[in-house]
Amino acid sequence: MKKKIQLLIIFIFTLVPFKAISLIEVDITRGNLNPLPIAISPLHIDEDSEKIFFEETKIENLGIEITRVVENNLKTTGLFNPLSKDAFLQKPDIAHLKPRFEDWALIKAQALITGKVTITEKKIRVEFRLWDVLAGKEILALAFTTVPNNWRRVGHIISDKVYERLTGEKGYFDTRIIYVAEEGPKVKRIKKLAIMDQDGFNTKYLTLGNELVLTPRFNPTNQMVTYLSYFRNLPRVYLLDIETGIQEVVGDFPGMTFAPRFSPDGKKIIMSFASDGNSDIYTMDLETRVVERITNHPSIDTSPSYSPDGKYICFNSDRSRYQQIYVMKSDGSDVKRISFGKGLYGTPVWSPRGDLIAFTKLHKGKFYIGVMRTDGSGERLLTENFYQEAPSWSPNGRVLIFYRETKTDEKGEGFSAKLWSIDLTGYNERLVITKTDASDPSWSSLLSK
Amino acid sequence: MNLNKILKNGFLIVLVSFILSACATKTKQLGSQIQGDVYTGTDTVEYLASGVPDRVFFATNESVLTTASRETLRKQAAWLRKNSNINVVLEGHADERGTREYNLALGERRANAAKDYLMTYGISSNRISVISYGKERPVDSGSNPLAWSKNRRSVTVKAN
Repeated sequence: MKKKIQLLIIFIFTLVPFKAISLIEVDITRGNLNPLPIAISPLHIDEDSEKIFFEETKIENLGIEITRVVENNLKTTGLFNPLSKDAFLQKPDIAHLKPRFEDWALIKAQALITGKVTITEKKIRVEFRLWDVLAGKEILALAFTTVPNNWRRVGHIISDKVYERLTGEKGYFDTRIIYVAEEGPKVKRIKKLAIMDQDGFNTKYLTLGNELVLTPRFNPTNQMVTYLSYFRNLPRVYLLDIETGIQEVVGDFPGMTFAPRFSPDGKKIIMSFASDGNSDIYTMDLETRVVERITNHPSIDTSPSYSPDGKYICFNSDRSRYQQIYVMKSDGSDVKRISFGKGLYGTPVWSPRGDLIAFTKLHKGKFYIGVMRTDGSGERLLTENFYQEAPSWSPNGRVLIFYRETKTDEKGEGFSAKLWSIDLTGYNERLVITKTDASDPSWSSLLSK
Repeated sequence: MNLNKILKNGFLIVLVSFILSACATKTKQLGSQIQGDVYTGTDTVEYLASGVPDRVFFATNESVLTTASRETLRKQAAWLRKNSNINVVLEGHADERGTREYNLALGERRANAAKDYLMTYGISSNRISVISYGKERPVDSGSNPLAWSKNRRSVTVKAN
C-alpha cells in the first residue's frame, strides 16, 4: 500500500537468547536525573559500499550519519547519555564482531551499540547489535534492508528498537509531525501545512499559504490528515492524503466545521459544526459519509477527542458558563464534567495509553499544559508560560508536543510561535527546531509497526 | 551633608510624584478606552458610511452586546435598510488569550449576536453571512489588555 513502508523489510538475523531479567534497565516513569551512559560505535561501512553510496546520495560516510541520527534521538529522550566518540578505544568493525567489554566499561558505558552498513544491488543493508557492557553479552541484534534514501529512517528504527529493549516500551522515533508553518507579521500571518520527521528533518510544505489552514491531525492508522482550511473563505474540515496530495472537503455543512480529529480506527472524523452562534459535535463516517450528531446543547461544544478504545469522547464545553473539560460515551450520552480546578480548561486530548487526558489550562493570566486522569482526578501541571496550548501525544504516550507563543513588546513586535516537547514526568522540556515559526503540532503513529 | 540629604529627599519626592502622575495618565487613558473590559475607543474603527461604525466590541469570553454596541448596530441596520442592494459579512473575532478551537466557536457566537440584532431591526438573514476567524486576524499585535479589547470584535463588511 505505502511504498516507503513496504520497502523496509525487517528480519532478525540472530536468534536473541531472550532473558527476562536484564542488568540494564531504564525507568521512564519518573524524571531521570541519571541518564544511562551509552556508547554508540559508528556503524562500520566498507570502502566499496561507501563509494557506491556516495555516488547515489553524495553522503560521505553513511555509517557515521546513521549513528548521528541514533545518538540525537536517544539524547533528546533525556533517558540516555550518548558518550563522546573520542574516548572509544575499539575500532567499529572489530567492536561489532566482539566487543572488548573491559574497554567499554572503562569509559563507563553501560550499553553499547555496534553495527555495519553494506550495499548490495542498490539497497543498503544495515545490521546492528545492542550489548550489555556489564553483563558482557548481546541483548538485541537486528538487520534491515531498504533503499538508500531511507537511511534516516534506518536510524530512527534502530533508535526505536534500542529504546524498546532498554525501557520496555515502544519508541516514538520513526514518526512524523504535521504542523502549521507560520510566517509574516502577527496581524497578517501566512500559514501553511508542513510535515517533518520527528527530529526536524525532511520538512515538506503541503499547502502554498494562499488560504488560512489550522489544526492538522494524523489518522492513527494511515497517512491521512484532517485539518481546517479557509479555502474560498469558507472554514471547512478537509481530508488530505499526504502520499498522493489529494484533498477533499468532508465537513461541507451550512456553517463552519472545525476542530477535526480521527476516531482511533481511522474510519470516522469527529468535529465541531457551528451555526447560528452554537457549536455542537458531529461525526462523519468516511466510507458511508453518514453524519451523526453527538451533542445538542446551546453552549459551545468543541475540541472532541476519542479514548483509544473508541468508547468515550472527551471535549471542551462552556455549558457551565466557562470552558471546562467533559467526558461522554461515544454516542453522546452520560455527559460528565471532569475539570474542577481553578481556571479555564481547553483542548483535551486522550492519551494513546488510555489512562490520561492532556489539556491546556488558563489561570490568572498564565497558560499551562497538564494531564489528569480520565475521571478528572490527579491533575498535574507540567509547564507554565505566557501562552501555550494544544498538546499532542507521542504514540507511546510518554511525551507531549505543543506550541508556545511569545508576548510582543510595547511596539507590538517580537512575536514568535514555536513547537516544544515535554515528558509526561514534567522533565526534559525541549524546543523542537522547525524551519519557520510553527504551531498546532500533531504526532503520527509509528510508521513501521 | 545636610544639604545633600535635603537635595536627595527632594529628588526622591520629585521622582515619586513623576511616577504617580505617569501612572495617573496611563490609567486615565486606558479608562477612557475600556469600560468594564469592553473597548470603547475609536482607534481601529472604520465607517460603512458617515456616522455608521463598522464594528462592535466584546468583554473577555463574552458575546453579549453592550449598550454602545446595540447603538452601533441600529445605525448599521438603518444604513442597510436605506441601501437594500448591499449585503454584508459579519466577521467574528477573539483575542489571543484563548485556545484556538474555542476561539473559533466564540468568534462565530459573537458575529451571530450581531446578526441576530440586525435581524430584529428588519434586516433579512439572507443579506447577512457570518464567518469566524477566532484569534487568527488581530487588528492590534500588542500583548496587553488594550490590544486584546480591540481584537474582541465583530466587524460588518460589505460583501458586494
